[in-house]
Amino acid sequence: MIVVKNLHKSFDKLEVLKGIDCHIHQKEVVCVIGPSGSGKSTFLRCINRLEEAQQGQILIDGEEVTAPNADINRIRQEMGMVFQLFNLFPHKTTLQNVTLAPIQIKKMNREEAEDIAIGLLRKVGLGDKDNVYPSQLSGGQKQRVAIARALAMHPKVMLFDEPTSSLDPEMVGEVLEVMKDLALEGMTMIVVTHEMGFAREVGHRVFFMDEGILMEQGTPTQIFDNPQNPRTQAFLSKVL
Amino acid sequence: MDFGFTNTEWFFGTMIMDKLNEIYGFQVVVNNLGNFTMGAVLTLEITLFSLFIGMIIGMIAALGRMSKVKIISFISVTYIDFFRGTPLFVQILLLYFGVIPLIFDATPVQAAIIACGLNSGAYVAEIVRAGIQAVDKGQMEAARSLGMTPTQSMRFIILPQAFKIVVPPLINEFVMLLKDTSLVSAISAHELTHTGKMLYASTYQAVWVWGAVCVFYFIMTKAISMLGDWTERRLAN
Repeated sequence: MIVVKNLHKSFDKLEVLKGIDCHIHQKEVVCVIGPSGSGKSTFLRCINRLEEAQQGQILIDGEEVTAPNADINRIRQEMGMVFQLFNLFPHKTTLQNVTLAPIQIKKMNREEAEDIAIGLLRKVGLGDKDNVYPSQLSGGQKQRVAIARALAMHPKVMLFDEPTSSLDPEMVGEVLEVMKDLALEGMTMIVVTHEMGFAREVGHRVFFMDEGILMEQGTPTQIFDNPQNPRTQAFLSKVL
Repeated sequence: MDFGFTNTEWFFGTMIMDKLNEIYGFQVVVNNLGNFTMGAVLTLEITLFSLFIGMIIGMIAALGRMSKVKIISFISVTYIDFFRGTPLFVQILLLYFGVIPLIFDATPVQAAIIACGLNSGAYVAEIVRAGIQAVDKGQMEAARSLGMTPTQSMRFIILPQAFKIVVPPLINEFVMLLKDTSLVSAISAHELTHTGKMLYASTYQAVWVWGAVCVFYFIMTKAISMLGDWTERRLAN
């Protein structure tokens, strides 16, 4: 479903991605792990072109995302993204956060969009918080609203950029639970994370990245129990 | 020195004159309350029209300045630099006597509005740009990641948040602009300062005339800042 070929990305002289190649299948949950500064987030952000890669190709269902004439706005509608810092719209209620894109971009009528949004907010356990502004929510609640907001566009893929890294420890669980449900429903997901337990339990495949290179990939069992690459071994010995 | 009268006469004469002046001076203000008010109203009109022009031009120039198209950002930056980098007084003279006559036959008030509007636009542009840039970068990313175009992201996400940020500096600009319109008295637009000049020239009552002008300006600026405080409180909720 998602094919990445020889992806290179530099910020000025600093080369962050040094040729990434991978395939991600439909309904697959891929967890990307690795040390800070390894290029995990940049890799994820290149997929929906929040960062422009200098070289290489990304194809989604055969359509080239990286083509200069690609209709990036339409492609992004099919890719939900969840950010480390939530990035909810503070001037809108949770319901408006979720309905904004369907109403403005898909030209859905308000009632329909609100029905869908209420359903999604219920699904993430916030059915009673539709009329609340983000500033009144806890971190975990904000992130769940952000997930609902991304789902409202019916994306084919969900990209998670360290969704629990800025949460208080007791709120990590509620967000991971929502993500796990999503995975069980068959959503294609790419999750950049430091939650090794989640990667092991929910991930179908784990990518280990270091220094801008996809060092090793495999099933959670292969990566966590029998890592081949010495860098993977070194990293896991520190975090597990 | 011999003025043709004795010291005593001179002394009592000036005393009487001073007394008369005190009474008469006060009368200048009372008798001309209508003129002062008309001047103040015109000052307010020039300010409001200028601010309106300034807001529109400022918004365009702010977006232009941030544009990736080189020529657009160059024009915007040049405009902003010129109007912020030269005195408003000189701009008024240049536009009224130099540039505007080449285009059309403007009244002093029209020229005043154009000059103040262009000048204000440059300041508004910087206020708006600062406001937009103060909105967290993640907001634009979130909007774009949902598939919004840059224009939609600006309209629904960035500008509503920037608006809250720019209200206090815009009110400040409003107050500054109102005071700066006093400079257009130089091209005989009959606003408040010009009213003051005329009355001073005919009565020589500097304290009374200019004091009254100050009071009129102060009432207007105070009203604007109170309006600003009220708006800020409304927006905070």
